Amino acid sequence: MTVAADHTRGPVRSRRRRQALIAWMFALPFVLVFGAFMVVPLVSSFGMSFTDLSAKDIPNPLAVNFVGLDQYAQLFGDTRFLNALKVTGLFVVMGIPTTVAFALVLALALSSGITKFRSAFRVGFYAPVVTSIVAVSVVWRYLLQDDGLVNTALGWVGIDGPAWLSSTTWALPALTGMAVWRHVGTLMVIFIAGLQGIPDDVQEAAKVDGAGPFRRLWSITLPLLKPTILLGVVLISVSFLQFFEEAFVMTQGGPLDSTRSVAYYTYEKFGIGQYGLASAASYVLFAAIALFSLLQFRLLRSQD
Amino acid sequence: MTMTRHPSVAARPRTRRSMNPWKAVTYAVLVVGVVVWLLPFVWMLLGSVKTPGEVLQRPPTWWPHHFTLENFRTWLTELNFGQFFTNSMVVALVTVLGNILFCSMVGYALAKLEFRGKKILFGLVMVTLMVPGIVTFIPLFVIVSKLGLVNSYLALILPFLTQPIGVFLMRQFMSAIPDPLLEAARIDGAGELRIFFRIVLPLCGPPIATLGILTFLSSWNNFLWPLVAAQSEKMYTLPVALSLYSTGENATNYGLLLAGSVLIITPIVLLFVFLQRHFVQGIATTGLK
Repeated sequence: MTVAADHTRGPVRSRRRRQALIAWMFALPFVLVFGAFMVVPLVSSFGMSFTDLSAKDIPNPLAVNFVGLDQYAQLFGDTRFLNALKVTGLFVVMGIPTTVAFALVLALALSSGITKFRSAFRVGFYAPVVTSIVAVSVVWRYLLQDDGLVNTALGWVGIDGPAWLSSTTWALPALTGMAVWRHVGTLMVIFIAGLQGIPDDVQEAAKVDGAGPFRRLWSITLPLLKPTILLGVVLISVSFLQFFEEAFVMTQGGPLDSTRSVAYYTYEKFGIGQYGLASAASYVLFAAIALFSLLQFRLLRSQD
Repeated sequence: MTMTRHPSVAARPRTRRSMNPWKAVTYAVLVVGVVVWLLPFVWMLLGSVKTPGEVLQRPPTWWPHHFTLENFRTWLTELNFGQFFTNSMVVALVTVLGNILFCSMVGYALAKLEFRGKKILFGLVMVTLMVPGIVTFIPLFVIVSKLGLVNSYLALILPFLTQPIGVFLMRQFMSAIPDPLLEAARIDGAGELRIFFRIVLPLCGPPIATLGILTFLSSWNNFLWPLVAAQSEKMYTLPVALSLYSTGENATNYGLLLAGSVLIITPIVLLFVFLQRHFVQGIATTGLK
């Protein structure tokens, strides 16, 4: 370290050293806590996924057997895990585009020059974001009962609503609906900020050139907003891929595993003590999240 | 921006005429949307003051025929709400204070001090920004069990005491503080600790507010980890208590469950209404920087 620095003047070197020492003192509490409760678990989770660690090994965790890729092989041979992948995938594929569409409409509406009640609307649409998933899941379970408010309202327009949460067809779309409701506010705020970044003179120039409002939306606003949209998608996809709590409270993963996500599967395997298998499942999810983010950041960069 | 636009709109009646129907449609969409968006909350409030019979009545009643506070009374007296609330509050407040102090300290080192390993440390923070909780919670549980901390406040607090997002936020803000300001203080003989507490921290009001709110929010709503780490009823946080009641023998006692939801959501909504500027700022900065 100090080989090169030896030739420089002493005071400068000692001052640098002192500053480095002070810097590490500032970082110390974070480094300790973050190391013990984030870095170590992150690494050991990866390690665990190659072992047969189970709950009964806790007294002596180092005595477990290395089993190579067995846990991953077992995972991908388990139809319930494959089903969990499908459930999570469907949840993401249905949920994210819907959330983006709703948020985009709202952001455009709120940025269209209206001034009255603007912040009231914003607060209203944003409110679900700040609430506890467990609490709103309870509320939505009540709304979605066989004879709950949703089906009553559908009855007014002559639709005989399904038994949402006890139907293998409708349970997942119902939970997706709730997730959309909870995430629209986040994207709306991000999109509004993005829209503010689009210079007015570009819009004005297009107006002078005779472009109508839809033409301007399609050819100017949306292309310029693309990086913001992609960023928003990355942000909420992390949360969508971790789909668990809604199902835990509303359906317990049922009916017939139709809402059992990868995170839920992991939690369940953890619950019966199969730590190795559960870690492998969580790393599959982590890999999916990392890949998803990477892919989208690539897309993002190729825009510039 | 809007100031300069208004006169030109008034000067050109054509623009104004074509604006009005658009505005009407926009308002209609927004009003209908916001009513639908808030309906679950209204329904929750109304349901929480209905009797067990009325809350399951078909077709549902709008306004409660028999207004009752029995559900709230049950939470407060029979179900130990006070304990759950205290647990949630203690965990959230300590987590907030820890994050504000420790994240600003490391943020300062990363933004304003030179040291070996700085890039690695910051890289590590960035890499872990997106790590989902489900990935770390099994080893975390093993560690916490080994330390004998299961069922303690420490188990609920320690894993969240310093969050990478907080480091990122503080570091970004502190990088913008001009160096000459700190150099001047250094020449005057102030130590780094003094500079940090007397000069840097007082300038960091906005990111501290954002970090405090974000941390409080995620701690208050946190579920998976407390579900695993709090195994006896006296350590339950509010969401854990509600989820366990909602899947147990009370699964269809909706009046009670909705009252529980009201009790969890109300403190956050109050916080949100008073501090909404910071909430929105928090999302915008963490999302866009």
